[in-house]
Amino acid sequence: MAEVAFIIVAAITLASAFFVVFSPKLMYSGVALFFTLFGVAGLYVFLYADFLAATQIMVYVGGIMVLILFGIMLTNKIASTDLRQTNRGRFMAGLGAFILFLFMAYIALTAQWHTGSPQLLDATVAKLGLLILYQYLLPFEVASILLLAALIGAALLSRKK
Amino acid sequence: MTSVIDSMLKLFGSPQAAGSSAVSLIVAVVIAGLVVFTIMAVMAIVAVYFERKVSAFMQDRIGPMEVGIFGFKGGKQFWGGIGQTLADTVKLLVKEDILPKEADKKLMIMAPFIIFIASFLTFIGVPLSENLVVSDFNIGIFYVMAAGSIGVIGIILAGWSSNNKWSLYGALRSAAQIISYEIPIGLSLMLVVIVAGSLNFGDIVAWQAEHRWFFIHSPFAFVAFIIYVIAGVAETNRTPFDIPEAESELVAGWMTEYSGFRWSIFFMSEYANVLIISIIASVVFLGGWLSPLAIFGVHFTWLEGPLWGLFWIFSKAVFFVFVMMWFRWTFPRLRVDQLMYFCWKVLIPFALANIIFISVWELIF
Repeated sequence: MAEVAFIIVAAITLASAFFVVFSPKLMYSGVALFFTLFGVAGLYVFLYADFLAATQIMVYVGGIMVLILFGIMLTNKIASTDLRQTNRGRFMAGLGAFILFLFMAYIALTAQWHTGSPQLLDATVAKLGLLILYQYLLPFEVASILLLAALIGAALLSRKK
Repeated sequence: MTSVIDSMLKLFGSPQAAGSSAVSLIVAVVIAGLVVFTIMAVMAIVAVYFERKVSAFMQDRIGPMEVGIFGFKGGKQFWGGIGQTLADTVKLLVKEDILPKEADKKLMIMAPFIIFIASFLTFIGVPLSENLVVSDFNIGIFYVMAAGSIGVIGIILAGWSSNNKWSLYGALRSAAQIISYEIPIGLSLMLVVIVAGSLNFGDIVAWQAEHRWFFIHSPFAFVAFIIYVIAGVAETNRTPFDIPEAESELVAGWMTEYSGFRWSIFFMSEYANVLIISIIASVVFLGGWLSPLAIFGVHFTWLEGPLWGLFWIFSKAVFFVFVMMWFRWTFPRLRVDQLMYFCWKVLIPFALANIIFISVWELIF
């Protein structure tokens, strides 16, 4: 049962990701990305990462997705329903994607995968919180400073002169 | 705390049994889904009637009073036109389904479903009583926040695909509003998470049973309660925050081009969101399924239990729904800039200060 569900979720993720890249209409790509991000959240659920899955939905689907759709709606002619997506620079993009693919394939083939039946973790949130505030405090703070800098930069750029 | 799905799995057979597990899981999920769907549909039907009568009485009118059920008409009383919304529902469902010629039809058809799925997914994590929640997440509050944030995608798509300037402006306003007001909601719910030390609704109510209802826990908790109610009204796009569908400016906002069944899906989701916001408010701040008599130290054992919990939680939620309607017919609509000012410069600073103060409060007391 879980396998069937996994295959369905993975298929939706991959199919919508293909659609994001190959759809001629920019808005359709954006909508397909919605399903991709949702599918990735589903994959997190299969890894028993409930908090990560909810964060994925909250940050990417509820936040970044909205920003992307806003961007598409506001950059070009605001009310036209036929914004076109063009895949220019196919060769360089393909090369970049191929290198990324090799890199990820290398990781996937060499990594030590935890197989077998995982036990249900309860309260991953508490453990995550402890890890972030003790073991990984510095990276956490660096990331928050990066976000703060991006926020201030965005506010500065959008301010009227 | 066990969830409904778990209990039903036990009812229909062990999930470990190889053959029956898939079937029993599907049966359990379908039944739970039907229950949630029924609640949403009934809520929409009841709330529309409630709203019309409440608004009528607030404006010194009598509201609908012609359509009865089986010939029962109550005259000028509250139940005077009790069959009105049933008739309205039938009318909506048989209306012509219109898609504008220049609209993006695929997205226009898809948008109501995304909005509906968002409300539906949120409902799955919302507790209706002790041990009565479709799926009992460890991260309950966070899940509800996350699932609730999906709906805005549907609103943007609905507004954009209609190819109508009123719809587009409504969608832009709505998205900006919902994203902004999610922040004070999250920050005010943070307080109860800090105090109770859990994201699970069951743990939060257990904490309130042990100590006291959260809105009287401390002055900061009360401020958070006020912030939550205000932001909750804004989150559902209702007056005085109904800028996305301001009738006098934008016709009907992002749903201008919709009709019939698709429009009724929007309506159903909106009222479901109102109910969700109200239930969360009563669970987090008003003790959820705890009996209000327990505040005065009175404990009747026959007043406690899952069914009474259902009664109490819905009484509190219905009170909130009433407060939201009260707001609607009392306050004038805000302007867009006032809306943004109110969220970012009033609610969020107060909510942030609240978090700092409650942490100090928790350290001292």
